[in-house]
Amino acid sequence: MTSTRKISSGLDRSEVIPKLFGDPSDFLIIAGLAGAAKDIGALAREAPNTFLFGGAMGGATMTGLGLALAQPDRRVVVVTGDGDLLMSIGSLATIGIMKPKNLAVVCVDNELYGETGSQATHTGQGVDLRVVASGCGIPVTHEVTNEADIAQAARLLRQSNSPVFILLKVNGNPPPPYRRNWHAHESKSAFRHALLGKR
Amino acid sequence: MEQQGSAESRWQDDLYDLLREGGVTLFSYVPDAGHKVAIERALADPGAIAVPLTTEQEGVALAAGAHLGGARSVLLMQSSGTGNCTNMLSLIANGLFPFLAVITMRGDFGEANPWQYAMGQAVQPTLEAMGVICLRAETPADVAPATTAALSMAFTAERPVAILLSQRLIGAKAF
Repeated sequence: MTSTRKISSGLDRSEVIPKLFGDPSDFLIIAGLAGAAKDIGALAREAPNTFLFGGAMGGATMTGLGLALAQPDRRVVVVTGDGDLLMSIGSLATIGIMKPKNLAVVCVDNELYGETGSQATHTGQGVDLRVVASGCGIPVTHEVTNEADIAQAARLLRQSNSPVFILLKVNGNPPPPYRRNWHAHESKSAFRHALLGKR
Repeated sequence: MEQQGSAESRWQDDLYDLLREGGVTLFSYVPDAGHKVAIERALADPGAIAVPLTTEQEGVALAAGAHLGGARSVLLMQSSGTGNCTNMLSLIANGLFPFLAVITMRGDFGEANPWQYAMGQAVQPTLEAMGVICLRAETPADVAPATTAALSMAFTAERPVAILLSQRLIGAKAF
C-alpha cells in the first residue's frame, strides 16, 4: 500500500524555508533532529539565535515552549519534522492549553522518515497534523501546499496574538546538506551568551 | 485543603517555598497526590507558570528550553513517569543542561499495588544510568535539606538532579 503512495506536495523544502523565514535573525529558532536541523543549519549557519537537535527525538517542540515562556517578548519558532512531531504529539495539546502568543510551530511534513531510509510516516496515510493542532486548541493553523500559501505563513510567523501551527507540506527531496556542530553544550552556551549575556 | 496545617502539608509548602526562593518560576507536572500542594500553589502564584504535561518527557525538553531563555524550571512527577523521560534525558546530558525533578515514589515503602514495583524499583538505576543524580527524602525533616542541596546542584553547578520523595514520607496508598 505504501509503495503506491504519492507525496501530496511538490514544494521543495530547500526553496520554501528561506522564503518562509526571510531574515532568520528576527527569531529564536529551535530545530528538531534530522531534516529540520539541516534546514535551519543551512539557513542560519548555526547563528546563536538557533539551537539544533541531533537526537532526543520529540523534544524540539517542548523546548520551544519552554523558551517561549521564558522569553515572552521574543518570537520563538520551532521547526520540526513530521516524524519528530508524531513522537511527541501531546506537545501540541500542552501548547494548546498554555497558548503562548509568541510561539510558532512549523512542521516540515514530507510524509517520510528521511534519515532512516524514507519509510512512510503516518501523515501520508490519513493523519493530518494541522487538524490535530487545531483539535489541540492551537487557534491559528495554516497549511502550505503551494507557492501561493507561503506569504500568509511568513506573516503568521512574525505577527500573531496566539500560538501558530504551520504545516509545510513538501516533496521527498532531501534537506540541504549541512555539516553541523553535534555538541549541544556549545550551542547552548552560545545561545545563552547571545540572548542573556551569560556563559 | 483538609490537610491544612498537618505535617504533610507543611513539608509540601516548605518544598514549594524553597523552590520559589531558589528562583524557580516554571513548574511542569504530571499530577500526583504528593504534589497536590505544589501544583495548586503554582497555579495560584502570579509569579510562577504552571505547565500541565501529557507525558513526563515533555517536562524534560521544557526544562532545556527554559534554561536557553534564562528561566529555572522544575518537573513534578510520579516515579512511574521516569521511563517516559529516559531518552529525552540525552538532551540534558549532551547539552549539559541544568535539570531538577521532584519525584514522588510508588513501588517503594509499603506499596500494595504490584503494578507499581517494576518501574518504582527501576527509578534510581534508570535515572543514574542517564546521568541524573538522585537525592532521597525519607521523612518530612529530609525534604528541606534535600531541596536546598538539589537547587544548588541543579542551578549553580548545572547538574541534572532528582529528589525522590519516598513512600515512607508520602504514605503508601491504601487498596
